[in-house]
Amino acid sequence: MSDPGNLVYTLHVNGAAREVRDAWVGESLLYVLRERLGLMGSKGACEQGECGSCSVLVDGNLVCSCLVLAAGAVGQEIVTIEGISPGAPSDVQQAFVDAGAVQCGFCTPGLVMAAHSLLERSPEPSELEIREELSGNICRCTGYGRIIDAVQRVAVARRGDA
Amino acid sequence: MSAVVGTVTGERVAAGRLGESALRPDGIAKVQGSFQFSGDLSADGFLWGATLRSPHPYARIVRIDVSGAWKVNGVEAVITADDVPGVPTYGLIDQDQPVFASEFVRFVGEPVAAVAANHPDTCRRALEAIVVEYEVLEPLIDPERAIDGSHPPIHPAGNVFRHQRIVRGDQALQGAVVVEGTYELGMQDQAFLGLEAALAVPDPGGAGIELHVATQWLHEDRKQIAACLGLDDEKVRLVLGGVGGAFGAREDISLQVHTCLLALRTSRPVRMAYRRHESFLGHVHRHPCRIWMRHHADADGRLLRVEARFVFDGGAYASTSSAVLVNGITHAQGPYHCDNATVDGWAVRTNNLPCGAMRGFGVVQACFAHEAQMDKLAAAVGVEPLEIRLRNAMRTGDRLITGQVVESVAPVERLIRELAEMPLPTEPVGGHDLDPMRLPGGAGRTADVGDVVRGIGWAVSIKNLMYSEGFDDYSTARVRLADGVATVKFATAEVGQGFVTLAGQIARTVLGVDDVVLDRIDTQVGSAGSTSASRQTWMSGGAVDGACRLVRERLFEHVAAQHDLDAVQLAIDGTDVIDTVGTLRIPVAEATAGLVIDETFEHHHRPTEDLDENGQGNCHTAFAFAAHRAVVDVDPVLGLVKVVQVATVQDVGRALNPLSVTGQIEGGIAQGVGLAVMEEIIQVGGHVKNASFTDYLLPTFLDMPDVVIGLVEEPEPQAPLGAKGVGEPPTVSSTPAVVAAIRDAIGKDLVRVPVRPTDIVFG
Repeated sequence: MSDPGNLVYTLHVNGAAREVRDAWVGESLLYVLRERLGLMGSKGACEQGECGSCSVLVDGNLVCSCLVLAAGAVGQEIVTIEGISPGAPSDVQQAFVDAGAVQCGFCTPGLVMAAHSLLERSPEPSELEIREELSGNICRCTGYGRIIDAVQRVAVARRGDA
Repeated sequence: MSAVVGTVTGERVAAGRLGESALRPDGIAKVQGSFQFSGDLSADGFLWGATLRSPHPYARIVRIDVSGAWKVNGVEAVITADDVPGVPTYGLIDQDQPVFASEFVRFVGEPVAAVAANHPDTCRRALEAIVVEYEVLEPLIDPERAIDGSHPPIHPAGNVFRHQRIVRGDQALQGAVVVEGTYELGMQDQAFLGLEAALAVPDPGGAGIELHVATQWLHEDRKQIAACLGLDDEKVRLVLGGVGGAFGAREDISLQVHTCLLALRTSRPVRMAYRRHESFLGHVHRHPCRIWMRHHADADGRLLRVEARFVFDGGAYASTSSAVLVNGITHAQGPYHCDNATVDGWAVRTNNLPCGAMRGFGVVQACFAHEAQMDKLAAAVGVEPLEIRLRNAMRTGDRLITGQVVESVAPVERLIRELAEMPLPTEPVGGHDLDPMRLPGGAGRTADVGDVVRGIGWAVSIKNLMYSEGFDDYSTARVRLADGVATVKFATAEVGQGFVTLAGQIARTVLGVDDVVLDRIDTQVGSAGSTSASRQTWMSGGAVDGACRLVRERLFEHVAAQHDLDAVQLAIDGTDVIDTVGTLRIPVAEATAGLVIDETFEHHHRPTEDLDENGQGNCHTAFAFAAHRAVVDVDPVLGLVKVVQVATVQDVGRALNPLSVTGQIEGGIAQGVGLAVMEEIIQVGGHVKNASFTDYLLPTFLDMPDVVIGLVEEPEPQAPLGAKGVGEPPTVSSTPAVVAAIRDAIGKDLVRVPVRPTDIVFG
């Protein structure tokens, strides 16, 4: 096969139906989100599910989009960093900025997705729980301390709002 | 010309003045995923580029047949060494590295050819269709064979990059106490998350090119790229693509020249993006190093003489090996007073992966050895590790073994004393809740609490700041003040460290404005030098500060003329211009109405000198110091380590942004912990065995200990803002502190990092 491909399918991304044309069946969800749908917020840093930079939600589950075939995600609800809080930043996103959890920022979209997912499942995680739950996301800049602080800030703020 | 999507321009800087924890101006874009990294950049009609690499550590190229690649539908260009129009080689110090190998390949991963095509997978198939016939040669793997001359030269420039000695004082002096050891460090990868990526957009007719790239030093890249392309420098315009971390790995050329060549050949924009496996082969790494040291001291443990021999394995090409070597050997004494030295240093060429800059730059290697020696000395004399360091602590005015006087603030004794007061972990082994995740081995539930032993270790470091040996690594900034808005332009590579935050803080503080706009980071202003050597806060901070001060002088002259005052009595107070001896107070915004002031400033540090043949000379600019204490839990049966806590006190001069300083310290410690217990590129016979994030282990959230930080703020008189660079010291002495803690726990003489389970169990 020398052409990129001629597959046509529809993905449901951030609440909208998005048609994918001229695709090759071997393309990962990460590649299709970035290169065919222009959603560049999901990042590829290892392409083998080790670093979490490409984390998205598929039917509510946190997955590495580099490990999912795009054509296999037809019929599932996909939420990317662009869809987590369109417009104004979410509390998690704002806390990452305020706490100094962002340096180069390459791991950040994936970590924001993972932190949202964690706080949905466990609104008041212990520090050890945060460490364990986010350990699928590698950050090379921060040493993680400010990221843990950001997640804890959100947990405290949400408890206060409840 | 194609429209380039996604250059960083016109960023508004959030409020905050010097000394405050101002927030990143790019923070919201980064958390929302809209910040454009170099790999996110695109242009109309672009092609993908990809690189064919050598599978052999050393081989002669007999024949290259690219005809098969042209038969792959969708391929638009195939290029080899024959297609490089300018200088065929590049390099930061010596231009000894081919753009594409032609006669020989000298490391696994050396570029041989490149293609441009319509899809990454088309590129992959085209590369597979290129036939390269190699005559495999015996690789030079052992650095000692480069030194003893027993392996024939693998490069026309020979197998030794540099040999440098340091000879100072009494060469026959023997101490009452003598301790000796041989130490070894493995090859560490910078492992930035944002892989190498670039977008090259050719000018019509191929007269020039614009390259958007993640790099550490735009102007140096431009110089090397332009030479290889055979273009004048001004025909090559570089724009900083968003940089996903650097840590030294982006100081050298990787895909820059290839991307430009493909774009010029096809007259179309070309994107190149490495994948992780390729990234491990495609950039330089931290030098593996073998160090022998013998310390002589008096009966009280006061250092009298240091003997050392360093062998840095530089891999196939020179990169910055000669500078890394000098950094290593000139820091052999550590942050301690010592009058006599005999040091022999080698940086050599092998067929291993090329090595160059990584955070700590030669000093990481030296510190691992000298701190192990200080612990040995303490044991030999019969005093505590901190006591031996206090007895020998360097002070301002002491001389290095190069003869250079340390004029920098040198609060070594204070660092040690304050570190000793830092709180220790309150939880016992395994924590009060005995959650297995707190134990060495974690979720593997391999360790029983009763088998785990705790240890504490200490290490202290000295690290040079800025470039050395006569290099004038100046930085440039341009500041324009109009209608109360300051626009700041510089070529300083923002790689995550937060210079974009600091630049705004400086402008707001000096000029009294609230609104600061950062212009695009590119080569349309003078060089900023490299984002390395802990130098940008000092150098580019000094440049922005200097340009702002020039603008402020002009502003004061204008206000003084308008109000019939003497300009020297004017000052900035908050956002107002005030008369310090009168009553005038007008907002800067009002004072600059209708006025445009535009000034450019270059900051130069004081000159440095080359070393002479005895390693004597004022080769460094300034120094920063740090002290680390590590607490570890070790399972001595299985050889597993859990780093529980790292405490540090660091000499920062002045914390211009405390939150940024915290981030640098925590992140630097993470890389130091990684080197101590897990990170190493494994090569066997020049072949890389673990070029992936599955097999090259990086510290995760669960591996990273609690970090406790203390800052010593004694403003550095030499530094334009009083601040020392803070990026490297956390990486330098955290590694030896962790290893010392493991030694303390198990009582073994660990001499190599990363410490492996086998070292703990069988060492």
